[in-house]
Amino acid sequence: MLGVVIVSTVVLGAALAPAVAPYNPTTAHFAAVLRSPTAAHPFGTDQLGRDVLSRVIFGARISLLVGVVTVLIAGVIGCALGLLSGYYGGWLDAAVTRFADVQLSFPFILLALTINAVIGAGLRNIMLSLVVAGWPLYVRVVRAEMLALRHRDYIQAAVATGARSGRVMWRHVLPNIATPIIVISTLQVSQFIIAEATISFLGFGIQPPTPAWGDMVSDGRNYIFVAWWLTAFPGAALALTALGVNLTGDWLRDVLDPRLRA
Amino acid sequence: MVGYLLARAGQTLAAIFLALTVVFFLVRITGDPVILFLPPDARPNDVASVRHLLGFDRPVWEQYLSFLGGAVRGDFGRSLRYRVPALPLVLHRFPATFQLAATSLAIVACVAVPIGIVSAARRGTLVDTIGIAVTSLGQAIPGFWLGLMLVWVFGVKLRWLPVAGYGDWTHFVLPSLTLTAFYAAQVARVTRSSVVDALCQDYVRTARAKGIDERGVLARHALRNAAIPIVTVFGLNAGHLLGGAVVTETIFAWPGVGQYIFNALRLRDFPVVMVGVFLTSVIYLLVNLLVDLSYAWLNPQVRYG
Repeated sequence: MLGVVIVSTVVLGAALAPAVAPYNPTTAHFAAVLRSPTAAHPFGTDQLGRDVLSRVIFGARISLLVGVVTVLIAGVIGCALGLLSGYYGGWLDAAVTRFADVQLSFPFILLALTINAVIGAGLRNIMLSLVVAGWPLYVRVVRAEMLALRHRDYIQAAVATGARSGRVMWRHVLPNIATPIIVISTLQVSQFIIAEATISFLGFGIQPPTPAWGDMVSDGRNYIFVAWWLTAFPGAALALTALGVNLTGDWLRDVLDPRLRA
Repeated sequence: MVGYLLARAGQTLAAIFLALTVVFFLVRITGDPVILFLPPDARPNDVASVRHLLGFDRPVWEQYLSFLGGAVRGDFGRSLRYRVPALPLVLHRFPATFQLAATSLAIVACVAVPIGIVSAARRGTLVDTIGIAVTSLGQAIPGFWLGLMLVWVFGVKLRWLPVAGYGDWTHFVLPSLTLTAFYAAQVARVTRSSVVDALCQDYVRTARAKGIDERGVLARHALRNAAIPIVTVFGLNAGHLLGGAVVTETIFAWPGVGQYIFNALRLRDFPVVMVGVFLTSVIYLLVNLLVDLSYAWLNPQVRYG
């Protein structure tokens, strides 16, 4: 439940950012550069005099946007391929699983980073690279579930009554494997949020002046000897969000599928 | 057993070949790889001559075949920056990466597995709750941030440890802790859940009914049967760690493969990037093969399956 509280807080903060953030996140104040945390600026100010708290609040928007949208797209692609390859088997199955396995042999961050270096930085491209790097996990899980269900009586019955393949997969298989998909997707959201921040931190993702947590930590790194707050707060927001999403995933797993409880 | 071994080795070889193909097409996603190999302000006639020099004006299948042919002979082209063959450049960076990976894996094995076992054996107690809280945190904290915070505390504030670089054992502490946090949390979680699973099985009840003490039940019956998931997750982690840790090596200026690939990415030295990414994948596939073969040793059912 703690997870749900954290996630709701982050989502609300991101949605109401213009109302709850005390300052404009991109307005520079060269008279108040690198101020340590005070009552007026609880998280201090950065090298351009921008309020770190406001930037952290606005930064949640990019993180949530990237996390949710990329997981949805990667999930739809991965689930579709997993269903098809588990249902039809044969050369399609062999091709898809081989490809997914090989892709999983590349470290996730390295693959996404390389794709970004090839296609260029920016919000759209970082989402594209995460989708390309992220779909194989769904294929693995959905295909395994599909294979387990393939010979169940109710699936055989649906096929016997003349239901078309698409209908069998959509109406009979998908609802029965929704739980693992939802649980993995939750955990993937935190993975993708951290991946986006990592890539932005390394300079291949979200570009300034858009407030994004990874990019803020990257700026903070240059001032680590004089201004710890630049690094500490955006990173803590990132860790807290990821923690909240993971705890929500654990909680969902326990609620939706008591068999998986360990 | 020999048949199984050969089949798995064949699959790994096929996967390595596919990885080579992925790497080849990775730099061609945009359609025109020449742009990647040149600075953004290159003149049009320079672009044309480089395109011809690197063979990008030939049909793709021809390029692909000559790339494969080169790869088989260990020739992946030359680094654009250093003008020497790319493969040895990357290979030279592996010792530092292996040292860091070995240190981190040793820490993971010595810390995570015991935490998981104790958590499982004392399920539901305060010890277990603390274990779960710590591992949840470990999985949520981004590596790059943890690394910087460790630098700030132990390097900048306390001045106990060097902030970056490669040298005596003090240089190993912060990078290996940064790497360990996430992997240790993952291994501890998997250990806990597979030991809990094993402790619920009938054979454990039988062992207890026979009057074996709890320590013996845990060590001889539960652990042996919980070993496969633990070995799997440990192996996957080893596979990724041995291939280089881009983020950690970059933060700590560690002269390993990960940092080298990242620098090559920044300098747009794509021949080096291609070799690096390919080797990373090969190591992972080979470690995976070893893990699979270890199943046969851990669980006789696999041998005859």
